[in-house]
Amino acid sequence: MEIKYVTKNNALIAKLYGDLDEYSAEYVRMSLDKILSDMSFVGGASLILDFSHVTFMDSTGIGVLIGRYKKYEKKQVEIKISSPPAQVDRIMKMAGIYRLMPLV
Amino acid sequence: MENKFSMQIDAKLSNESFIRTTVANFALPLNPTVSEVNDIKTAISEAITNSIVHGYQNKGGTIFLLCEIKEDTLYVEIKDNGVGIKDIAKAREPFFTTKKDEERSGMGFTLMETFMDSLDVKNNAEGGLTVKLSKRIVG
Repeated sequence: MEIKYVTKNNALIAKLYGDLDEYSAEYVRMSLDKILSDMSFVGGASLILDFSHVTFMDSTGIGVLIGRYKKYEKKQVEIKISSPPAQVDRIMKMAGIYRLMPLV
Repeated sequence: MENKFSMQIDAKLSNESFIRTTVANFALPLNPTVSEVNDIKTAISEAITNSIVHGYQNKGGTIFLLCEIKEDTLYVEIKDNGVGIKDIAKAREPFFTTKKDEERSGMGFTLMETFMDSLDVKNNAEGGLTVKLSKRIVG
């Protein structure tokens, strides 16, 4: 798993590459938490998680997302989900993730 | 068709991808759809994560895997010698987790159940857990 960050308008886009499972979860947690503390998000800012290059995700990914939601919410930064592949989308829907992080 | 393989492998997170991919590849002669391959990978990943994180508490051990194809169905047995599960019925409830502080979703068994045709979870008499999964490949 690798994450590349780009900014666009008032949003930070995190592009995830590879498998999001228990093995890669700690890296994803640390990377997304670090960018939250490093970046000075202005009011109404958002983080877009681009899943278009995610090759696999299991329920560990759901735990990672909910954990990030709680941390980002405290700093009033909205997280949005972009381009999840079918396998990932199915798990997101089962977990109700889009109620917390809208699909864009 | 009939075919089977077994392996034992260290309960390490770095082996997760190898195990789920190997099981999915074993089912390829049944001509599964991409969706069915993903179902198998997800279910296996959940069972293996459970063995490593819950069964062996991330302290390492051995996972015993047995895969079998009978006619158009894939059967997978995943066994460990870990701590087992105190209340299996409770553990199978959606969103139940014993590790709330560790950002666990508690969806592992739900995904196994949803993505496979059958799921059987039993504590071994000698300790540890055995998870049996099966899926008929429609193709």
